[in-house]
Parts: sequence; structure tokens; C-alpha cells
Amino acid sequence: MSNIILEAPILEAKHLNKTYTQRSGRFGFSTLKVKALDNVSIRLRTGSTLAVVGESGSGKSTLARCLLQLQPLDSGEVLFQGKDLAKLSGQGLRETRRDLQMVFQDPFASLNPRMRVGEIVGEGLLIHGLGSREEQKSQVLQMLKRVGLKPEDMQKYPHEFSGGQRQRIGIARALVLSPKVLVCDEPVSALDVSVQAQILLLLKELQAEMALSYLFISHDLRVVRHIANDIVVMNQGKIVEQGDVAQVYANPSQTYTKQLLNAIPGQKQLHKQALHA
Amino acid sequence: MTSILSIKNLTITPKADLKRSLVNNVSFSLKSGKTTCIVGESGSGKSLTALSIMGLLSKQLVQTQGGVIFQEQNLTLLNNSQLREIRGKKIGMIFQEPMTSLNPVLTVGFQIGESLTVHLGLKGAELKVRIASLLQQVGIPESRADSYPDELSGGQRQRVMIAMSIACEPLLLIADEPTTALDVTVQAQILKLLDELKTRMNMAMLFITHDFGVVADIADDVVVMFRGEIVESGTVDQVLNNPQHPYTNALLDCVPDAAGKKQLKPMDYAWIRDEVVA
Repeated sequence: MSNIILEAPILEAKHLNKTYTQRSGRFGFSTLKVKALDNVSIRLRTGSTLAVVGESGSGKSTLARCLLQLQPLDSGEVLFQGKDLAKLSGQGLRETRRDLQMVFQDPFASLNPRMRVGEIVGEGLLIHGLGSREEQKSQVLQMLKRVGLKPEDMQKYPHEFSGGQRQRIGIARALVLSPKVLVCDEPVSALDVSVQAQILLLLKELQAEMALSYLFISHDLRVVRHIANDIVVMNQGKIVEQGDVAQVYANPSQTYTKQLLNAIPGQKQLHKQALHA
Repeated sequence: MTSILSIKNLTITPKADLKRSLVNNVSFSLKSGKTTCIVGESGSGKSLTALSIMGLLSKQLVQTQGGVIFQEQNLTLLNNSQLREIRGKKIGMIFQEPMTSLNPVLTVGFQIGESLTVHLGLKGAELKVRIASLLQQVGIPESRADSYPDELSGGQRQRVMIAMSIACEPLLLIADEPTTALDVTVQAQILKLLDELKTRMNMAMLFITHDFGVVADIADDVVVMFRGEIVESGTVDQVLNNPQHPYTNALLDCVPDAAGKKQLKPMDYAWIRDEVVA
């Protein structure tokens, strides 16, 4: 199963800058400016997966939040289908947000514990006023079924599910609005490797079915190699290298990228195992 | 090679429900100078097995069967004060979260020195020298002895934890997912450090992880656990390159490789269950 990738970007960021002011010193009397994004530009090709990798503090999550306008930028512009998101407000922004959805890292913290799964998944439809009650319900049911949950799960609360199932709920919640871009912030890092494989395969299938473009944030380079077409390597708020995943892995041009690739555990032994498979 | 610690028929159940075992009839042994990895998914009982060695099981759980033999002593039969003699002195332990396992209001030097004072009675200048040498062994400048945990990075804190756990030169080091919370480059450094220390001090190491990549890098022997039971054990080469049990095979099929050549296969639990029963 493969998906069609167009060269034209669906989402493009140009020269993004974002600085945080942090309290520092033992009692927080002095301040420190941290450049979370330093002239960052990316292109997410339509129908492709762009991975953003980097260590903690590299600015990859800030990038995701700024792209979705969840955090204001200091400077730079984010273009979605050629429209500048910063120029949108009110109704226009709300409508565009339907096309830009997010799946969060922690499936335990990102679902409201007091809402039933049916309400969580259907909330977006309700807010955007899409379809009648009946239509909304059938859409929610269809989406839950598609991500591998049962119709009776609609009546349950998040705590009744395992981590992997909750991540499926998070994916259903994001996809029920038929978005064009899905931003996934470390969607599988809290999961067991067996569950991780299930979710990665589900994301790949959904991408082909729904013509989705993914911005995939991760620190796990093995996962990235598996799911992404393009890669951006970030370090201390800057992009140090970007390009086609296979090329960057085979021929990293920057020392930092080489360090990251060399640090992937299990390259000797598991390599043999991979050849057997 | 003689084994330093052996676990025999270990069974752990909740006190409230003695019929449901969380760890079921687990036996394996650890050898000096060798690293044994326990791998498994969450809930497979790998951490419970490690905690029971140190007698650190939660009060809601009970060991209903089996024992832990360490230097011809059955640890399960010892009382708390006898166990204190062994914990931290002969058996060291490192936990997953370096952020929460250090005391924020004490300097790292003090925390490293604590077990030296308690177990070996070191004081004054002698203690200072030992702390400095331990810090140096784990790759932290001696001057950091006077720093507080919040002044160190995650990787440095984990190094401090390692310095604490090896302070009394234990015969066995238990590491419960010590690199899970760390970045990959830091993880690689910590794994290398642990491997070097193991060889230099001829320690046995029990390493708990869910990451097969880490297993491949650090293990000599591997124990695979599934739903409280050992499904397969053997040398790292046997288990990773020629797995015998369908569960091990299925788990390895879920691990993405760095070369991107492998097709991931989701795990079919119903099939595994049938295979395990059969």
C-alpha cells in the first residue's frame, strides 16, 4: 500500500523564530533567554510524512505547537495550502483548525477522564456543527471501528482502556473531522513495542486511505525510519540537517546527525535479525 | 561459571487474590561479570521480579512460592535489618527515573557518601577521596560533589545514581530501565559506562528493559517474560537471532530497525495464547 505524494507542500513554515524567557539562578531572580526556534523553515509535501527528530530541548514540540497556532511566534510565517495562518482569526482560524489536527504523546493525560469515548471523539463534530446528531453518531461509530475499537466502547470512559487503545481514541478524535494534516507529537513513545507496531501500521493505513499528510515528531530514529519520507534534524532550536529519510540515514552530512544515528541501540545484533526477517 | 544469585520458582500474587499470580514460577540465575536482561511488555512482571530480589515488594503483594538465593542465603527468609546489610552493599540498584530518585535538598556528594558511611564506616578525608574517585569513575568532574541534583542534567543525575549504587562495590547491580527516560546519545553513553563498570568490577548485572536494541547492546543472557512467566531464555545471540518461542518471534517482529528494511508485524495475541497453551 503506498500513497501519492505531491511535491507541492500542504504545510510550509518560513523562518520561524521563538524565544522563551526562563527564570534561572537558584531563586529565579535572573532571567535567561532560550531560543526554542531559530530560523526554522520546513516543507511538508502533500501526502507525505515529515519527521522532526531531536533530543529533549531541541525545539521539536515547540515547532509543532507553533505550526498549529497554539503558541504565538516571534516572527516567521506558517502557510497552510498557501494561506498564512497568522492572518486568520475567529471563524477563519476555526475552520482551518479542522484541517490541522494533533495526536498527543501521553494517551493517559490527553483524554478528559470525565467524558465518554463517544463524547470525546464526537466533540469536534459538535463544535464545528457538522451534520445532525444522528449523522455525528454514525461518523463517530465508523471512526472508532476504523481505528480498531468496538461500538460499545462509545459508552466507556478513558480509564477503562489500555495505553494503546487510548492512543487509538486520540487518533479517532483527530481524524473524525477529516483533517488534511495530522501532527503527531511522539505518538508511540509511551507505548510498548508490540503496541507501537500496531499504532504505526494503523497510521500508515489511514494515511493512504484518507490522503493525510503527517508531521511526525519523535526521538526514536528507528520509528522515524519506518514511517517517514522526509526528515528534519533539530538541535538547540536550529535545523541541522534535512532531506529524504533514506538518504540522510545512509549519508548523514552533519556530525550531529551522525552522532544520533550511531547512538541507535542494537545496530550490531539486530541487524542480523533484520536480514533474517 | 558459578552463579551469584539464583531465583527459584518465584511466584508473586496480590494479597487480595492469591489465585491470580503476577509472577508465576520464575527461575533463572545470574553470573559474575555477566549481564542478564529481562525483556517483556508492561505488566509482564519484569520489575516485580527485580523488586522481589531486594525485598522491596509493595505490601499489597506477597511472594507465595519460591525464593531468592544469594551467596547461599535465602533472601526471602531474612528480616529487614539483615536485608539492610545486603541492600546497597552487596546488591546495588538503579531506578528508571533519575529525577525522582535523588533527594533534592542534599548535595550529590553527600548522597553518594551515605552508603559508604553506613556500610563501610568511612569518614572525613577518606570519605571525600572515595566520593571523588567514584564521581571520576562515572565521568563527572570531582567539583560536582557539592552540586545539588537540580544543577545536573538527566544523564549526569543517572551517573550519580550509578556512582551511588556501585559505591560499596556490590556483587550484583540491578538496573530497572535506567536509560528509558534519557535521550539516545546519553543512553548510549550510560550503557557503555555500565558495561565497563561491570567488566572492571566483575559484577553481575540484572538489566530490565523493554527495548530490544538495548538488549542487543548490553546483554550476555536474555530472559523473555510474558504475562508473569518466562517464555524463553538463553544467550543474547540465541534469543535474538534464533528465537524458539512464538512470543519472542512476534515481539521481535514489532521492533523497527534502523535500516528500515523490516516489515513490522502487529502482534496477534490470540494466536500467541494458543501457542503458549499448546
